[in-house]
Amino acid sequence: MGTLLRFAGVARRFGGILALAGIDLEIRQGEIVGVIGPNGAGKTTLVNAATGVHRPTAGEVHFEGRRIDRLRPDQIARLGVARTFQIVQPFPRMSVLENVAAAALFSGGARSLSQARDQARETLAFCGLQEREALPAAALSLAGRKRLELAKSLAMRPRLLFLDEVNAGLNPAEMDAALALIRATAARGIAIVLIEHLMKVVMQASHRIVVLHQGRLIADGAPDAIVRDPAVIQAYLGNRYAQRHGTQATP
Amino acid sequence: MSRKSWQGLILVAAGAAGTAALLGLADNYVLRLATTVGMYAALALAWNLVGGYAGYPSFATAAFFGLGAYTAGVLQSAVSLPFPLAWPAAAAVAAAFAAALGGAILHLRGHYFAIASLVVADVLRELTNMWTDVTGGGMGLNLPLLDVGGVAGQARFYFLAMGLMAALATLLTWWTDRGRLGMALRCIEQNENAAQVIGLDTRRAKAAALTLSGLIAGGTGAVYASWVTYIDPTDVYDVLLSVKPILMALLGGVGTVAGPIVGALAFLALEEVLWRNVLEFHAGLLGLLVVLLVLFLPDGLRALRRRAAAGG
Repeated sequence: MGTLLRFAGVARRFGGILALAGIDLEIRQGEIVGVIGPNGAGKTTLVNAATGVHRPTAGEVHFEGRRIDRLRPDQIARLGVARTFQIVQPFPRMSVLENVAAAALFSGGARSLSQARDQARETLAFCGLQEREALPAAALSLAGRKRLELAKSLAMRPRLLFLDEVNAGLNPAEMDAALALIRATAARGIAIVLIEHLMKVVMQASHRIVVLHQGRLIADGAPDAIVRDPAVIQAYLGNRYAQRHGTQATP
Repeated sequence: MSRKSWQGLILVAAGAAGTAALLGLADNYVLRLATTVGMYAALALAWNLVGGYAGYPSFATAAFFGLGAYTAGVLQSAVSLPFPLAWPAAAAVAAAFAAALGGAILHLRGHYFAIASLVVADVLRELTNMWTDVTGGGMGLNLPLLDVGGVAGQARFYFLAMGLMAALATLLTWWTDRGRLGMALRCIEQNENAAQVIGLDTRRAKAAALTLSGLIAGGTGAVYASWVTYIDPTDVYDVLLSVKPILMALLGGVGTVAGPIVGALAFLALEEVLWRNVLEFHAGLLGLLVVLLVLFLPDGLRALRRRAAAGG
């Protein structure tokens, strides 16, 4: 499968802190890539570097062969790179429908507001929010707002979607629903980069996992290989997780 | 028809009926008041596009107004351009200035934007003062008296002209409100970062709002200059021309089409009553009104109705 997004030696410095220290990474069409690592490892900075929120201090980011690291966030969004935020970012006083319609209007190819609303209704149905379309976004529960973030991103008709901690703060039932939604999204041919703390979710959903530690990419491979990687165990998973997983993996 | 389009239709009908009634029945004093309402409404609508819809607290309304007034004045007195050309030209100059200004200061947010927009009128006033050859400097500028039929004819003519400006501003606001630009501005007002992330070119949308604001305020300034036939820098770059429209929009409800119009009417009524009855302290009372408004009715007079509905 072809390469969709490519980081080449991407570094980002905040004052004296090197948040990203030369990342080389490729995301291919249609795959789900999990990104794990301890707090402060540079996961969100990686998303920010790809979506134009922060310009890399060094290195380049290419999307579909085009260099994008000098573009503004709105330009990158219109090219087909969408993201959700760890801390949800709705338009609080607009209805759920208008929130999603705005995304359809500015990036989803809708030609008019009424067309944008039609596209938004489809997306809301896909995300299971259709019954709440008239509510103001601020009235949704946390799980609902996370869903709304996803609906907004999907309404942009992206080719690549960064999901930054969409499962944080959800209960197990909500998390299962979110996981099903992520799989259904990938089935539509959208590549997904899953930034996640919950190993269970990452292991179940990802085709491939990359591990960040102190701004460096320390591992990149299939989920089963990653959990046995000594460097990953030392930096992130810890021995107890490795033992538990090890006993399950080898009967 | 939706509730919104009914409201629009009622607004248009009321405006037309009011205009006809005033033209037929009113004396010059009432016409002067009505002309002022038109001017206030146009300025409040101009501010509302930036301050209400986009949520950028602009204090540049006086700058656009003064620039429009002086452009129209100079074009009519020095180049003898007739007013039907001079007014639109002045509006266009103010709009172009607003677009350029937007490029310079719209990346600032909140207080910083407010302060930056506030000093623009001061800079223009000083430039106008210094450029004596063209503007007449502090001596002011006389405009040709338009031959529209004596005192009564003048009153009717300028009432219609300002009414037209207000109608134009309403139309532009209505068009903005229901379309792509309105959606963009509402997104920016509620969460600018999120707006950028869904692919909205926020700089362009904000600049468009400020340009429309400049167009309306500049055109209004041009009509005003002909109406009063004499302008000077302290008069047309007066900071009150930036502050009053904000009060009117707050009074009527920001980020709506009808709010600034209702607010302009309410504001002028208050201003007249206060001015007549407490001549010495009317400015102080106006200030007090601002404080009360901000403290108790941040959503404008609409909130009263909502509260009444909730209570009853």
